[in-house]
Amino acid sequence: MVMLEQAVEHRPEGESFFDLCRRTLDRRVLVSQAAEARICRLSCSPRELPEIWQWLTRYLDFSFATLVVDEIADGRWSFSYLFYRESSPWVYLEFPLEAPHAVVPSVVGLHKGPAADWHEREVEDLFGVTFEAHPRLGEFILHEDWPEGVNPMRRSFDARHPPVHRDPDPSWQPPTVVEAVGAFAMPIGPVFSDFAESAHFLLETVGEDVIRTIPRLFYKYRGVEKIAERQPVDRALLLAERFSGTSAFAHGLAFCQAVENISGVEVPPRARALRSLFAELERLRHHTAVITGICNSTALAIATSQAALIEEELLRLTCEVAGHRYLFGLVRPGGLYRDLSEQMQERLEKALDGIAARLDQLHASLRYSSSFLDRLEEVGIISTERARSYGLVGPIARASGVPSDLRKLFPYAAYESVDFEVPTAEEGDGYARLRVFFFEAQQSVFTVQAILSALPPGAISAAGFTVRPGAALGAVEAPQGAAFHWLRIGDDGTVARYRTTSPAFTNWHGFHLAAENFAFQDFPIILASFGLSNAECDR
Amino acid sequence: MANWVLQGLRTGIKTSSYPKRPDSSPGISPGRPSSAELGSRAEVEGLVQRCPTGAILAQNGGVAVEHGRCVHCMRCSQTNEGAAAPWDQNYEWAADAPDIPAVVSRLEREFGRSLHIRFLDAGACSACVSEARQLNNPYYNMHRLGFFMTPTPRNADVLLVSGPVSDAMRLPLRKTYDAMPEPKRVLAIGACAISGGVFGPSFAAAGGVSEALPVDVMVPGCPPPPLAILHGLLVLVGRKPAAKLVSLPSDKVIGQS
Repeated sequence: MVMLEQAVEHRPEGESFFDLCRRTLDRRVLVSQAAEARICRLSCSPRELPEIWQWLTRYLDFSFATLVVDEIADGRWSFSYLFYRESSPWVYLEFPLEAPHAVVPSVVGLHKGPAADWHEREVEDLFGVTFEAHPRLGEFILHEDWPEGVNPMRRSFDARHPPVHRDPDPSWQPPTVVEAVGAFAMPIGPVFSDFAESAHFLLETVGEDVIRTIPRLFYKYRGVEKIAERQPVDRALLLAERFSGTSAFAHGLAFCQAVENISGVEVPPRARALRSLFAELERLRHHTAVITGICNSTALAIATSQAALIEEELLRLTCEVAGHRYLFGLVRPGGLYRDLSEQMQERLEKALDGIAARLDQLHASLRYSSSFLDRLEEVGIISTERARSYGLVGPIARASGVPSDLRKLFPYAAYESVDFEVPTAEEGDGYARLRVFFFEAQQSVFTVQAILSALPPGAISAAGFTVRPGAALGAVEAPQGAAFHWLRIGDDGTVARYRTTSPAFTNWHGFHLAAENFAFQDFPIILASFGLSNAECDR
Repeated sequence: MANWVLQGLRTGIKTSSYPKRPDSSPGISPGRPSSAELGSRAEVEGLVQRCPTGAILAQNGGVAVEHGRCVHCMRCSQTNEGAAAPWDQNYEWAADAPDIPAVVSRLEREFGRSLHIRFLDAGACSACVSEARQLNNPYYNMHRLGFFMTPTPRNADVLLVSGPVSDAMRLPLRKTYDAMPEPKRVLAIGACAISGGVFGPSFAAAGGVSEALPVDVMVPGCPPPPLAILHGLLVLVGRKPAAKLVSLPSDKVIGQS
C-alpha cells in the first residue's frame, strides 16, 4: 500500500494516467486503453481488489460509479467496478469469477467503501455471490418471503417465471439496535395516507426523539434489469424510460447513449441541443415538484399551492411542446423522435420567462417566512465528509458541498457549448437542499433559453443507424444526480445485460445519515427535502 | 414577513371547469391513439407493427385500440415512418373493468359528494403517482367535488391503485383491501395497473391489479392525466358515463378529435 501511495506522490510531470497505472500496477495488473483513451481497464484478480480500490479512491480521489456483474455463461461472471474523476479517463476494474468459489472481498470498510455497500448487497441478493467480511448481507431487494437460493438475475432463471414464495417466518422481527428504557420501534408505511410512493421506515424512538431510521425499500422492485434481457433495443428503451416516470427523459437518454457508444454513432447537433433542452425542462419540472413537496411537508398551504401551480403549468407546457407531460417517447438511439417547431420554441421561451420570475418570487417569500425556515434549518444534516464517503450524487451531494456534476465532468448532449453554473451549499441541511433545488431550477431555465437562442438546424436523428453487438456505458446527470446505464448487446442484437444505477439508489443509501437523532415531527420534512423517487431506486 | 394571503388572493381562481364544462386548456392531456377505418391495408399493418405493446390491432379493415395496453410510447403518432394513428385529444378515458356490470361497479348516489380515497402505489413508475398528486393542486382541486384522501383504510370507500402489483406489494395491497369496510370499490389507474404494462407479468410483478383484487373501474393511460383520474372517480359514483376500454373502428371518438 505504501508503495502505491508513493507512486502517486512522486509522479513525474506530464505522466499520463495510463503510464501511472502501468508504472505502479503493471506486474500484477493488466492495464489497457479502450475507446480512444477514455477508458482505462485494469484487469486483476479478486484478491487485489481492496488494495486497488484504496489506491484509486484514497490517493487518486476517484469516485465509485457502479458495480456491473455480467454472467457470461452459466456460473461464470465478469465483475467490473467503474470509477470516475474529473479530467481523467474512466477506470474499469475488472476480474472474472467462477461459480464454485464465488467469493469476492468486500470493500465496504475501505475509504469511500460505503458507496459500494448497496451494490454488494444487491449482487449477493440477485446473483448469489458472497462478499467476504460484509457486515450486513441477506434480505435486501427480495423481501423475506422470497426463498433463499433462488437468484433471479442468474441466466438459468426465467424472467417470465411467476413469483415464488415461501411461508413467512412467524418469529421474524425487524432488526433493531437501540437498547434503552422506553425505546420502541415505530413502523411507517409501506402504504401512506397521501399520494406517496411505497416504502417502509422503521423509526427507533425514545418518546419524541428518533434515534435512527431504518428505511426498507424495494417494495416496488419490478426486475427491470432482468426483464430487459433478450428484448430488442427499442423495446428495452420503453423499460429504461418507464422504470422512473418522473425522470424518464434522463434515463431514456442514458440508455440511448449506451446504445450509441456501442454502435459508434454520431448524433446530429440539433438532436444534441434538443436533448439538453428537454433534459433541463425535466430537471426544472422535477425540482419544482420537490419544492412543492417541501412546502407541503411544513404545512405551508399557500406556498404549496403556488409551487403546485408552477409544477402543473410546467407539465402542461412540456405536453404542448413535446407531446407528453413526462417526456415519454421522445428520445431514441441516434437522436430524437420529435422536433421542436419554431412556434413551440417561441411558446417555450415566453412561458419560461414567467415561470422563472414566479419561482424567484416564491423563493424570496419563503426566505422571509421564519416559521418555514425554522423547520428546515439544521434539520437532516449530511456532512461533506459523509456525503463523499457514501458517494452521494446530485443536488443532495451539492447541498453538502460536493460539487460533482456529470454535465461538467463528461459533457454529453450539448452541455459543452452551454454556459451554466452548478450551485452548491455547505451546510448540508434541509434548507441547503431547498436552496440548491431552487438555484438549479433557475439554472435550468437559463440553459433552456440559451439553447433556444442558438438552436442548430438540421436533422434530429442519425441516418442509417443500426444496432451493433458490444458493451458500453451511458452516463447522464438525471434530476436527482448521476445515472449510469451499462448495456451489453448480444450477437442477435438484443439486450444481453442491462445494469442501471440510479441516483435515487445512491442517495437512498445515504438517507439514514440525515435521519438520526431528530425530533419525530421533522421526519416528513427530512423525507421531502431529499425528494427521492422510490421507483427510480427500486427499479 | 411574506404576505402569503395576499399572494394567494392575487393568483385568483385557476380551477378547471371540468366536470361542469369540458376543459380544453392546452397540455392537460397528451391524448391517445384512437380507432379508425383506414384506407389501405399497408397503413393498417404499418401501425400494428409499430406498436411495441400490441395495443393496436387490425380489425375489419381498420385499427382497433386496446387502451389498457397502450403505454404512450407515441411511436404511432410519428409521421416520418408511415401514417400516424388518428389521435383522440380527450381525457375521459375511465372504463368499466371487463366482466363487471356497471350496476355492480357504481357506488350509491350517497357517496357522490363524500367519497374517501385510499391510494396505494403497487409498483408504479411514479408518473401515475405524480399525476394523482396533481388532483390536489389548485387546477384540479378534487376536494371541490367531494373527494377526499383518508389516512386509514378503515374509512376508505375507494382504493386507488397504480402499478402492476410488484411482488412485495401483493400483501400490503390485500391487507389494505381487506381492512376497508363494505361497500368498497377499486379504481386501477395506468396501463401497468390494467395489463402489467411494460413490466408484467414477470417473476417480480403481476400483470395488473385485477390479478390480485376485483377491479371495478380502470383508467388507461401512461400515465393517465389528472382529469382522466378525476373522470374515473366520477364514473365510480355515477356522475359521469364510462368510456370503453377497447375502441373499435366502427366507434365514433367522443369529444374533440
